[in-house]
Amino acid sequence: MLRQIEGSRAVAETVAACRPAVVCAYPISPQTHIVEALDEIVRLGELGTCQFVNVESEFSAMSVAIGASATGARVYTATASQGLLFMVEPLYNASGLGLPIVMTVANRAIGAPINIWNDHSDSMSQRDSGWIQLYAQDNQTASDLHILAFRIAEEVSLPVMVCMDGFVLTHAVERIDLPEQSEVDQFLPPYTPRQLLDPSDPMSIGAMVGPEAFTEVRYLGHAKQVQALELIPDLAEDFVKLFGRRAGGEHDLDGLVTSYQVDDAEIILVALGSVIGTIKDVVDEMRELGTKVGVLGITSFRPFPLDSVRTSVMHAKKVIVVERAFAPGIGGIVSSNVRTALRDTSIKISTAVAGLGGRPVTIKSIRGVVVQAIDDTLPELTFVDLDVELINRELERNRQQRRSGPMAENLLRDVGSR
Amino acid sequence: MSTPLKFYQVGSFAVGNRLIDEADLSVQSSTSRSNSLTSGHRACQGCGEALGARYAIDAAMAATDGKLVAVNATGCLEVFSTPYPETSWRLPWIHSLFGNASAVATGVAAALKAQGKSDIRVVAQGGDGGTVDIGFGPLSGMFERNDDVLYICYDNEAYMNTGVQRSGATPPGARTNTSHAVGEHPGASFTQGKNLPLIAMAHGIPYVATATVADLHDLEAKVKKAMGMRGARYLHILVPCPLGWGSRSEETIKLARLATESGLFPVFEAEYGEITETKKIRRRVRVEEYLKPQKRFAHLFGANGHSEMLSAIQAIADKNVAKFNLWDSEEADTNHG
Repeated sequence: MLRQIEGSRAVAETVAACRPAVVCAYPISPQTHIVEALDEIVRLGELGTCQFVNVESEFSAMSVAIGASATGARVYTATASQGLLFMVEPLYNASGLGLPIVMTVANRAIGAPINIWNDHSDSMSQRDSGWIQLYAQDNQTASDLHILAFRIAEEVSLPVMVCMDGFVLTHAVERIDLPEQSEVDQFLPPYTPRQLLDPSDPMSIGAMVGPEAFTEVRYLGHAKQVQALELIPDLAEDFVKLFGRRAGGEHDLDGLVTSYQVDDAEIILVALGSVIGTIKDVVDEMRELGTKVGVLGITSFRPFPLDSVRTSVMHAKKVIVVERAFAPGIGGIVSSNVRTALRDTSIKISTAVAGLGGRPVTIKSIRGVVVQAIDDTLPELTFVDLDVELINRELERNRQQRRSGPMAENLLRDVGSR
Repeated sequence: MSTPLKFYQVGSFAVGNRLIDEADLSVQSSTSRSNSLTSGHRACQGCGEALGARYAIDAAMAATDGKLVAVNATGCLEVFSTPYPETSWRLPWIHSLFGNASAVATGVAAALKAQGKSDIRVVAQGGDGGTVDIGFGPLSGMFERNDDVLYICYDNEAYMNTGVQRSGATPPGARTNTSHAVGEHPGASFTQGKNLPLIAMAHGIPYVATATVADLHDLEAKVKKAMGMRGARYLHILVPCPLGWGSRSEETIKLARLATESGLFPVFEAEYGEITETKKIRRRVRVEEYLKPQKRFAHLFGANGHSEMLSAIQAIADKNVAKFNLWDSEEADTNHG
């Protein structure tokens, strides 16, 4: 059913169509509209006996999800940014216990300095948490990936994060083809747990495991991710048959990656999330001028589709990974994964860190990076649109005075005075 | 307790007192008890927590006809009961983290409600560290939402699992490995403390009670009463720890009794924020009688002891006695007070 609808509302209604039994929520921008909508849906009785639990922290949100999932309920929650960090301990617990919780991460920067705007620092920080991570490029995929997420989670008994860019997607109103209940019911059978807290068949869950089996339990967490890597392409095909569109978006290749003008491209940009839309515009523009450029989107960041990435970009001369987060002290996060995929090749790989804390990633910015790549002047690591003068002035203040004050405030004062 | 008999007439608080009505026998004395925390676990000799957990969970199992799920915080109870691949638990049991037992239990209760299985009940349990310190926020949230969970705190007054460090429930003057018995003010500080039963009461929840492993009938009656109610309930059980308290393993029950008889651990019940029942002290003792057998208080005694600290602790006990009206001279055996 076509609707003109806010991304958050579309996700909420899609999640509702997945018939969760327990939804727990703690407010944090820019995720709030999703759980606000779900509260309304639950209160109106549209989800039967579904329980909506207002918790007192994200730590408890994930803990409630753990308890409910282990009791056989299909569980959903949503968070972002600091909230995701506040639930890190139960986050690892949920994946370690193998509980198929689905959670939306409305991607937002992490402080300090506090910043409510979009980048991928939050979910990228949890790339090793054992959760499956899917990244949405637009609101249609954000909505559809949730249906896929519940199915993947319950098939392999792992929790799944659906990452959608905060504000850029969550608060954007677009035309969305919302799924029919009957279609979702067909795609997503009722949840049958592998482990259950049930007095008629008592079991202990969460026992202490020492060196004798810890490696094996951890390995199984990896094996399930690998299993998901094989499963996602099949489920993506099932999804097309039922819904008539690809869950990963128009240019979805195999459920794991999306491919736009990649086949004959000499320069391939690799990215995740909504920035891919802008990059496609750059690709169209530069193709008209004769530059063979394309963009590979990564939908499934965990598990990381090494083969799909390698196969897709093997023929390229240069790869530019556009990242919305980075690892201080080394550089690109996604880049290091792409490098693993392209090991033993002579492809030149560069990292372009862009759009931190909500800074717009413009066509001009991306075009500039591609032009640098063509000219062989693109460094291995570059921060797009970085105000070097501003940084140099702060570094100079640091040199001149020991008590130079808080750096964020210094930069703001500097920006404001010019 | 409804029985008019005073058990100490046979000289003990024995579990299987033959002189009382069969109906008044404890759950523990019944051969049909669920034995929820069964033998073979790795608790220390004389562990008060193992005893308290078995008493409480068996009583809860009896009260719910075995339809019970337990959520466990990280701590001694979790570690000694489930060394992989063994478990001592004979009921559905989950351990998640140190500070989230109450929230996990909320999730279990929410799922059961969504599934229409309201006959299955939920208990969350943890030590004092997991309850009054690291798990305090989620527990307060569980109280505030009035989630249908009985939370049981087994209070041994320090972080024993990590090797005896001070918690928010460690009593003033007590020696732990982060409140050493050295310096001008040896042992844990004389702060205002964190009385979780009173804090729980301030949430106005349906039921709050304290108990000790020294009074099995009282403990079982409170669990039974709690399981007869819905909403958030809190039971705080004092469980002496021979390792952390430096006490003899055969004196666990005795110390728990002395804790109440000295007035340092008031035993009471409260409903919706109001105290409804207080366990009167029959034989009041001075705090020294309770403190002296415990090595964690050894620095208070002797030639180089701290009589001023003993006086301060006695003042706390006296204040409790007055505040909770623990002393009823008509019911008293002898007046040591």
